Parts: sequence; C-alpha cells; structure tokens
Amino acid sequence: MRVCVVGCGAVGSLFAANLAQLDDVEVWAYDLSREHVDAINRDGLRLSGAGEVLGRLTATSDPAALPACDFGILATKAMHTAAAIEATAAAFVGGCVATVQNGLGNEEAIARHAERVIRGTTFPAGRLVEPGHVQWDVKGDTTLGPFEPRPAPFEEVERLADACTRAGMPTTAVRDARGPQWRKVIFNAATNPVGALTRLTHGRVCEDPELRRLVTGLVDEGKAVAAAQGIELDADPEDLIDHAARPEVAYDHKASMLQDVEAHHPTEIDYLNGGIVRFGREQGVATPLNRAIWSLVKGLEQSW
Amino acid sequence: MRVCVIGAGAIGSLFAAHLAKVVDVLVLTRRKEHAQELNDRGLQVSGRHDFTARVTAAADPDELPEFDVGIIATKANGVEDAAASLAGRFPAATIMTVQNGLGAEEIVHRHGAWPLISAVTFMSGTKHSDTHVEYILDTPTWLGPYGATPFDGVEELARLLVESGLEAEALPDLRPAQWSKLIFNATVNGVAALTGLPHDAHFAAEGAESDLGHLVHALVDEGKRVAVAEGVVLHDDPWEMNVLATKRGSAHYPSMLEDVEARRPTEVELINGALVREAGRHGVDAPLQNAVYRLVAAREASYS
Repeated sequence: MRVCVVGCGAVGSLFAANLAQLDDVEVWAYDLSREHVDAINRDGLRLSGAGEVLGRLTATSDPAALPACDFGILATKAMHTAAAIEATAAAFVGGCVATVQNGLGNEEAIARHAERVIRGTTFPAGRLVEPGHVQWDVKGDTTLGPFEPRPAPFEEVERLADACTRAGMPTTAVRDARGPQWRKVIFNAATNPVGALTRLTHGRVCEDPELRRLVTGLVDEGKAVAAAQGIELDADPEDLIDHAARPEVAYDHKASMLQDVEAHHPTEIDYLNGGIVRFGREQGVATPLNRAIWSLVKGLEQSW
Repeated sequence: MRVCVIGAGAIGSLFAAHLAKVVDVLVLTRRKEHAQELNDRGLQVSGRHDFTARVTAAADPDELPEFDVGIIATKANGVEDAAASLAGRFPAATIMTVQNGLGAEEIVHRHGAWPLISAVTFMSGTKHSDTHVEYILDTPTWLGPYGATPFDGVEELARLLVESGLEAEALPDLRPAQWSKLIFNATVNGVAALTGLPHDAHFAAEGAESDLGHLVHALVDEGKRVAVAEGVVLHDDPWEMNVLATKRGSAHYPSMLEDVEARRPTEVELINGALVREAGRHGVDAPLQNAVYRLVAAREASYS
C-alpha cells in the first residue's frame, strides 16, 4: 500500500518515518519546505527521543510528482488544511484521506476535495529539530474513524490503523471517532489559549483556583456543544487537565499556542475555540467564554 | 491658596505644572532625585501646551509647608503609600483622589479625617523625563464631593483647574462619571493588556464573529448591568466612549498594557477586581469581566 503524509512537520514525520519501517508500505511525504524535503531524500527522515527511527521515503514539494496513493494523512497546521488538500487531491482520487490534525473543521475542508475521508485524533507530539530530523517528545495513541458525511469504508480505516499500529504508532479504528476528537479539542481549547494569554505553563494555570475555574467554564461549554451533537466523550477532559498538571506529566509544559505566541506565529485558535463557537452556533448552544477567548487570541495575533 | 500634588507621574505632572500658573504648587515625590530635579529645573509641558512651571518639590512630607488642597495622583496601587505619608499631617487640607477604578477614597479615609474630593480624569500625557511631560489628550477631569464634603469647595477646585488651562467640571454626584470610566477602563485596559493591542479600531470592530468589538461590547454590557444594580445612571455610555476613542487618529496605549509589557504590577485589582467584586456583591453575573480579571491577574503572576 502507498501512503502520502501531507505536511511533514513534527506529527507528520512521526507517521511518515514509522510507516516507512514496514515492508508492505511505500511512504511519500509532501511538504513545502525544500530544505526539509531535500534532507529527507538525501539522508532519510530521522526521529530521536521517544524512539530512534530512520525512515527511507520519497519527499517532494511538487504535488504533480505524487503518484496515486491508497491513503493520505493530513498533518499540516489546521490553517493550511484547505490549501494542502487542494494541492494534493489528485493523488487521492482512488484512495482515502485521514486527518491527524488539531481542532475542528479539518475533515470538512478535506471533504471538499476528497471522496473518502477519515476522522482522526492523535496524541503523540514532537518538534522539528532541523531539516530531516524530528525530536519525538511524547508517545501516544491515535484514533481513526469514518468521517460521517463522506465516509471512508470501515475496512479501509482498519487497514490504515493496522499499518500504523504495526509501525509503532498504536492506532484504533472506531465507528464513531468524534468522542476522542472532541475530548482533545475541549482539552486544548480550555488550556492552550489560557496559557497563551497569561504566559503560564499548564501546571501554573491549574494551580490558580480562579483560573482553573475559568478553564472549567470553557470545558463545560465544549461539553455542552458535544452533547448537543450526541457525541459521547471517551474520557472527561477535566481528568486529563488535572492529570497533565502533575509535576511528572506536563506541569512545566508550555502549550504549543504559548510557543506560537512567543514566536509570533499564527495560532490554531480558529479551529479550537473558534470551532467550538461555530459548532455551538449550529446546535443553538451558547459559548460566550470560548468566543471571548477566541477574540482575545485573534486580537493578540493582530497586535504583531 | 497652595496645592500639593502627591505623585508626579504623567497625570500628577500635568496637574502640578498647570496649577503652578495660578497658585503655589508643592510636589511630593517618591524619589529624592526626582524632587531635586524638579526644584532645579522646573517642570516642562509640551504637546497641547508649551511652558515650564516652577514648583517646590520634596520626597519627605516633613519638608513641606501646610497646603489647602492635596491631589493624590499616583496609580491606584500607590494610593496606600501616598495616604500613609500624609497621615497625621496637613489637618487643614482637602484631599482629592483621581485614580482609576474604585476604592481610592476609602483607602485615604483610613489614614485621616481630611474632607475628600473624588475625581476621574480623561486627560492623558506621556512623561519623557522627571521634569518633562507631554500633554496629549485635553479631555476633561470631573470632580465631585465624597461623603459630606461641601460642593462649593469642589466647584472652587474645578474653577482653579480651568483657570490653569485644564478642562474640568464639578459634578454634584461623581459616581455616574466614575462608573462610566470604571467600566471603560476594566474593558479597554484589560483587553489591551491581554491582546497587546493599543486602543485602536480593533476595539470597535464588529464584523467577523471573532472581531474584538463583540467582546468589548459584551464586557461593557456586563459592566452596565452591575451599574444598574448599584443604582448608578451612567454619565456616558462606555461603548460610545470606546468607539469615540478609537476614532482619534493616534492610538492610545492603556497603562495596563504598558504595565504588562514592562512586567510591572497593574491596576487590575482596583479596576477589574473592583468591578467583579461589585458584581458579586449585587449578585449580577459578569462571567466575561471575571475572565478578563483572572487572565490579567494571572499574566501578572507570570512575571515570577
């Protein structure tokens, strides 16, 4: 089977390099960074940290160079989804396209250009150290499921999940993947922007009782929007938030959005709190706190 | 007639220099070098007015003669120290407070039995050095009696300010103006501090769903509900004040924004905290004002 990772940043590289370990999978990567692409083609794609992996694959910045693929794995930042799938859609005419991105709305954007779409949520994390080399910070599970309005056949979802699992990226195929996705979105939307606006690490956000109550207010709105859609969360985001605040877990972790803010990079706020607000509006569920946080982070981006 | 200005920041310097054109002016500073500089060089005003005034300055209240009116022009979080430095002295003086937020009068009252005048000011300036202040906005200062202070004394001080070249007006009840400014400051200063935006057109933009104007409007509406519960009929609509201010050409940098950028303590407790506490006292829901309050307070906590 042939897989193309679209957007070979940190998370995309974890999938690409690991999948390239399998004899029965041919891996391609599409990425706009020429330096990264050249390094991958020359030296392979190297992971270090949570696992030492060297993946041999073909990378390109030219969408016309992509062969027909059985699967696409979209792993760009959420604001680049539409452009990335528009550029690469021809490679997936006969295949399925999965997203392992953050936030809400990626599946909808992909479905405008692809027939068979797979909803996905992934927890592993890393960061690009240099072209061709990604630091693998955190191992974690991935959940895949058919995207209801334009579903990939479930056996295809299972085939991709099986390949990922065999490659060392534990992945589960489920009929309804919305629960894990909303659990992660609610977690991220309630904690990342609060860290970004206050400049506090996750642990310190949770230590301040008033701030922690604000986080709960954001979580509750997200839960109400999920419930209105009939989504059953697979775990309580509150438990994840408290778990992550433990010193041995992620007390000192600076949310990726805080890192974006410090570097003056656009954030994924439109797809986190903005996504909760949009889905809330469709469901008739009020989300005033998420909307306030969305506006504040948009304002922060506008100040640069 | 002798006036003493306590605290020679931008606002204090503007009061001191202008009043020195019509009465004897004393200035009580925090730093000795500041007093020395003022005695040696006078106090220069540029911008809307252009002159240099002679003032008598000291950092030690024991070095000051008796005065008729004291104007405490420190930031809200400097009132406690300023009032303590006057305690047990100047029994014939009337004291005016002109801080942002609520509660300055009560703090002064705890340190002595002086008659008090409440004031809010909308003028603004930038201090270029210890002896040079630029007069930027010539918007008015409003004065009103606090407690049993006779109104004619308030009118006299307002007249004196007008004679000195400043805009001022005596109001029999200052609370409508004080609350207009409280709601305006809690909203605009808080949002500016969190977003890094000066008070510009973003604050009045209500186009896209995530535009900041929606949040500013909702924050003002919460503040207005608290004012209603307090029985205050606002002097000005804070939303209109906001829209007007964003149309003034050069965008103002609210002090709370300057404070967080310089990692200094802000006035958040006496502005946002005061409004949220008033809401709580009256049982009025103010979740968005509460969110802004907690976020700015946490941003301050992130300095250490």
